[in-house]
Amino acid sequence: MVQLTLPKNSRIRVGKTWPKPEGANNIRKFQIYRWNPDDGENPRVDTYWVDMDNCGPMVLDALIKIKNEIDPTLTFRRSCREGICGSCAMNIDGINTLACIYGMDEIKGDVKIYPLPHMPVVKDLIPDLTHFYAQHASIMPWLETKTNRPAKEWRQSIEDRKKLDGLYECVMCASCSTSCPSYWWNGDKYLGPAALLHAYRWIIDSRDEATGERLDDLEDPFKLYRCHTIMNCTKTCPKGLNPAKSIAEIKKLMVERAV
Amino acid sequence: MRYLTDRKRAVGLGSAKSGVHHFWAMKVSSVALLVLVPLFVFTFGSALGGSYEEVTAYYARPFPAIVAALTLAVGMIHFKDGVQVLIEDYVHGTAQKYAIIGMICLSYAIAAVGVFSVIKLAL
Repeated sequence: MVQLTLPKNSRIRVGKTWPKPEGANNIRKFQIYRWNPDDGENPRVDTYWVDMDNCGPMVLDALIKIKNEIDPTLTFRRSCREGICGSCAMNIDGINTLACIYGMDEIKGDVKIYPLPHMPVVKDLIPDLTHFYAQHASIMPWLETKTNRPAKEWRQSIEDRKKLDGLYECVMCASCSTSCPSYWWNGDKYLGPAALLHAYRWIIDSRDEATGERLDDLEDPFKLYRCHTIMNCTKTCPKGLNPAKSIAEIKKLMVERAV
Repeated sequence: MRYLTDRKRAVGLGSAKSGVHHFWAMKVSSVALLVLVPLFVFTFGSALGGSYEEVTAYYARPFPAIVAALTLAVGMIHFKDGVQVLIEDYVHGTAQKYAIIGMICLSYAIAAVGVFSVIKLAL
């Protein structure tokens, strides 16, 4: 059955309140989820105060400032700081997004930061995405061909290439899949919006010759049909993509070949 | 504890290679109900408030009786398919199988009782 309450050792407690920066006039309150696998303690929410006059505009800027100047034990993933690597996906102000491209001016009141929902936590704001990545690998995210390799490149018309726009931009940040209630309840079997968007990207690639096999692999009550068009994925995608539409298109192709 | 690779865990038992017919059946019954439910409400509303004789006479006519029987039958088939998805979402393991069996029995029982009642009224 679905578990509606957290196990005792996962219940979040009130954590430490760190001192306010001295001499700062424009400070902002940050409430950040903390959990350390090594101390045996429950997760907690720590409170930090950041001097906004000496901080960049994005949530990631504040996190880096906290780590550099207040609490070096705060742990999170980050790399490109421009929304292209997908590392800093987290739940900010109730929305799964990338900390590096989410402006603090978009948030009213305190800034509340949690790891991506319903995933095992490695530490603090870092979720374990092992299963998510394995699901992505399982949809064979590469060009599958049977025809002998052409002398030059596999050719694609401009029109067919345009069909991949809105799909290839996905950075695999997992914001969409971890916002999906179906993925929360059945993520062990349901592939989730990110993997399905990638699956669709290869299904409609005019050069790919494994379309039927790809559809065969997806035709499953759980792998594909757990999507109930809730649309959280599309609402939350920090890159503005539409995974729900990709899933709907896969369902249409399934009907097209069966009925 | 099982030493499975991440890939094996993700693939599981592989694709069931089914699901599209369930999906299509839901769409077809939805469209059917889109027509049937307003017709049922309209015909049922006409009979509502009438005396026993008036209602039995009304449902002895073919159109209201057929609409009522079809709405019940298609509605319960749609209910069966929909609730099966709901159970699969929230109930797992052996309980899921029992819940689905129980729900299918209940759906067909309601449809059978309803259709039988309409036939009895109509004939």
